[in-house]
Amino acid sequence: MATRWFGAPVQRNEDPRLLRGQGLYVDDIDLPGMLHAAVLRSPYAHAKIVRIDTQAASNLPGVHLVLTATDLGEVLEPSPLLIPHPALTHPRTQLPLALHEVRYVGEAVAFVVADSRYLAEDALELIDVAYEPLPVVHSLATASAPDAPLVHEDVQGNVAAHLLQSVGNPDEVLANAPHVIRETLQMERGAAMPMECRGIVARWDHYEQMLTCWISTQAPIPIRNGLAAIFHLPEHKVRVIAPDVGGGFGAKIMLFYPEEILTPFATMRLGRPVKWIEDRRENFISTNQERGQLHEVEYAFDDQGVLLAVRDVFLHDTGAYTPYGIIVPIITSCSLPGPYRLKHYASDCQALYTNKVPVSPYRGAGRPHAVFVMERIMDRIALELQMDRLEVRARNFIRPDEFPWDVGLVYQDGGPTRYDSGNYQAALDKLKLALDYDTFATRQAEARVQGRYLGLGIGYYVEGTSIGPYEGAHVRVEPDGRVFVATGVTSQGQSHQTVFAQIVADQLGIEPQAVLVATGDTQAFNWGVGTFASRAATVAGSAVHLAAVKVRKKIQALAAELFEASAEDIELAEGKVFVKGAPQRALTLGQLAIKANPLRYTYGESARTLAAMNLAAARPGPALPPERDAPGLEADGFYSPPHGSFASGVHGAIIEVDPATGMVSFIKYVAVHDCGHLINPLVVEGQVHGGVAQGIGGAFFERLVYDDTAQLLSSTFMDYLIPTAAEIPDITVEHIETPSPLNPLGMKGVGEAGVIPVAALFASALDDALSPWHIRIREMPLHPCRLHELLQEARCHKAVLPLATEKPGAPTENCH
Amino acid sequence: MVTIKQTSMPALHDMCSLSLTVNGQHYERRVPARLLLSDFLRHELHLTGTHVGCEHGVCGCCTILLNGEAVRSCLMLAVQADGMDLTTIEGFASSQEPLHPIQQAFQEKHALQCGFCTPGIIVSVHALLREHPMPTEEEIRHGLSGNLCRCTGYQNIVAAVKCAAVYLADQETTHSRNENNK
Ligand code: FES
Ligand code: FES
Repeated sequence: MATRWFGAPVQRNEDPRLLRGQGLYVDDIDLPGMLHAAVLRSPYAHAKIVRIDTQAASNLPGVHLVLTATDLGEVLEPSPLLIPHPALTHPRTQLPLALHEVRYVGEAVAFVVADSRYLAEDALELIDVAYEPLPVVHSLATASAPDAPLVHEDVQGNVAAHLLQSVGNPDEVLANAPHVIRETLQMERGAAMPMECRGIVARWDHYEQMLTCWISTQAPIPIRNGLAAIFHLPEHKVRVIAPDVGGGFGAKIMLFYPEEILTPFATMRLGRPVKWIEDRRENFISTNQERGQLHEVEYAFDDQGVLLAVRDVFLHDTGAYTPYGIIVPIITSCSLPGPYRLKHYASDCQALYTNKVPVSPYRGAGRPHAVFVMERIMDRIALELQMDRLEVRARNFIRPDEFPWDVGLVYQDGGPTRYDSGNYQAALDKLKLALDYDTFATRQAEARVQGRYLGLGIGYYVEGTSIGPYEGAHVRVEPDGRVFVATGVTSQGQSHQTVFAQIVADQLGIEPQAVLVATGDTQAFNWGVGTFASRAATVAGSAVHLAAVKVRKKIQALAAELFEASAEDIELAEGKVFVKGAPQRALTLGQLAIKANPLRYTYGESARTLAAMNLAAARPGPALPPERDAPGLEADGFYSPPHGSFASGVHGAIIEVDPATGMVSFIKYVAVHDCGHLINPLVVEGQVHGGVAQGIGGAFFERLVYDDTAQLLSSTFMDYLIPTAAEIPDITVEHIETPSPLNPLGMKGVGEAGVIPVAALFASALDDALSPWHIRIREMPLHPCRLHELLQEARCHKAVLPLATEKPGAPTENCH
Repeated sequence: MVTIKQTSMPALHDMCSLSLTVNGQHYERRVPARLLLSDFLRHELHLTGTHVGCEHGVCGCCTILLNGEAVRSCLMLAVQADGMDLTTIEGFASSQEPLHPIQQAFQEKHALQCGFCTPGIIVSVHALLREHPMPTEEEIRHGLSGNLCRCTGYQNIVAAVKCAAVYLADQETTHSRNENNK
């Protein structure tokens, strides 16, 4: 193979279209006769619905349909529970429209379809709903209180699930270890906030009896299957397309959001296309969120800094419903050991209902919490033993010769948490160099003399990626020589039209620009799952590779026949196919595709050239001989990993804190990352940059603030602060490549990686910068005011207790 | 028990006439007074490259040029643009034309992922580079701070702006050289 595209920094196929403003996002679709929908949402976090009067709304000119729960007939079913689990003893999912009770602010109550969105919103204002407010569970503390109000009347203690996992004998080790520490660590809610909100356009075609939906989703195939079941249609009569999707980050993997059922319902009822586009306010109160957890962790270590055992008891805020099961807390539980040889570990998690937006994975999906806990532990061990923080980690690493490493826990996919490969020390060494770690203490001391507070933080993580069950792909050579690829996964910015093209280009001897990749259209490819869990490039990429290898073989077999040569001697390069050593007599891929279809009629320039080429004559017998079972140069490939592959990495940063204001700035940020073989370093680095930016947002700027009636107070971009170019530093990305043995190209996932260690790193850097005050960060996210508060508290406790005996949540009464 | 009752009918929405130029083309329309400029561009003129990410003036996805100034089209009514000259992302390069130097720099530096924020950012960058033809890092970051991007972490966008500045300066030099040689 002359050029190798895999691994090259290829510019993206999707860019020219997107740069010209010619992308096609859901709201760009405008169908003839299309109507527009709006949703009436609950203003209460918990209330009984006593009565709904829609008369005035229905009478408004231009309104075509007003739906409440009782209008939905047999479609009024709770949304399916996507991922059941034995520990999830009390799952509850949402109705498309609330019937008797609302359980969070933003829950859908009525659906209006009108000539325009403006009119539909006018109509919402004419709907009268009588609510009877009920007691509200606004926090994990309230949810777990002995006399807590109940989010679901029949779920005692608000406990949706109780998940216990353990390895070794943590109780015994904790009872006998030389050092034991217990701490409370907390993370609050944040949200994915893709720049494009959710949306759907649905069309019912009466003549074809076919439902077509364009949805801003990460999972069109599962939605297609679900809609077919809900509306009693054969699967091939439902087409779901995820066109260009303006970011997802996990929030769009959720199904079904109510509008994904209501909009198709309305189009089938009215016989006209219907569009519903979420606005940002709705996105804040009706698109799933994540991150709320409260950990009580107890851990033991010896005098050498070796971690002996961990017992982590945590509460997970699952919101009002559990559509996505308990995937997030399972991931937290399994990710906590990270890169360390933890032999004795118990994890005890209760997922609790609260009167807030339901929780499902958001980039990182339970991992940032786990890494926060474990890396806080590592820093604390170093502090207690007065050891170097990196040295403590090094002493606990799983060594390269210990892979595959079994953590001993059941992962989110039901398989083992088995690390396939890794080299944790190598990444740490790279980080040390990039940060100039050895001179940092001097730099820090010099800065302190000038009254500047520098801190260095690190965060190490291992990330389960590339889980099954499977993905598939179709690869076909077109008569014009271009290659068409289709797969079931979607793209929300991950550059699949480029990276899959690179994989195919290598097999077929063409340029990536000659490969057209279709993603997220159930009619282009029928099988698959979706883009989540850092799995699309690896799992679907492997399927694309397998399909391309099959097509290459077909090309070689056919060319061998035509050139009267042997298949092993056929080469593919620069879009041409020829016998080794004789490139002057070559067929283009397109000509070969024409030849692969034994028709009596052929068209165009290529066909004329072919006729003049003096190729081997057709053999007698069937036009498609048994060894060529089908016409065309095409093949399907499927890839199903035995279990997830585990990427890893370590981030380090140097920050400066202004203790007077609590403001923090980054001086340097380094991410060392191992995702096996890289398909495209530009794309991988872009993913890491974006992840880190979200991590920084989640650690210091973004916080979903609920009051005690569970009203969201930070529900605009004026209050929920997504970081801008002015806050995010440049990030140096370094790669380690330990290939995964689990897939043909040795890849691991990267989509979520960037975000995972940032909260831990930020805490670590703050502790370091503020060490004169003995600050110990135990919560995320922080913001300047909160940091300032912590500093004030610390100043008031000048006679600081040695940290090991300090109780979590030390009293602050005497502080003003 | 609390009853939320809202019975007042919204006022009838007068239609107003509107005449304006978008990307060099003149349009005359009658539109409801309350129609947002962003909705007018996207849904009346089908210029869907202008995106809407928040409708409250923070994300910058809807940025367009209004008489040469970068403005947020979600914060204006269409009728307020009466008599004005607008440029949207579609005015930077049609499918037949090569990419504008800013767009080209964005592709080379991998400054977009999902692409949703991109049109607004390119329009903002255009305005930024007109004011600061060779901006410092700080000027770039400050100039971009009215546009949110949730995908890229901004680093490659900053690199693309630097690169675009050079392309535009080269173009300027070539242009003036050609003028001088006339
Ligand atoms: S849509 Fe106009 S600023 Fe966000
Ligand atoms: S590229 Fe997705 S928001 Fe900027």
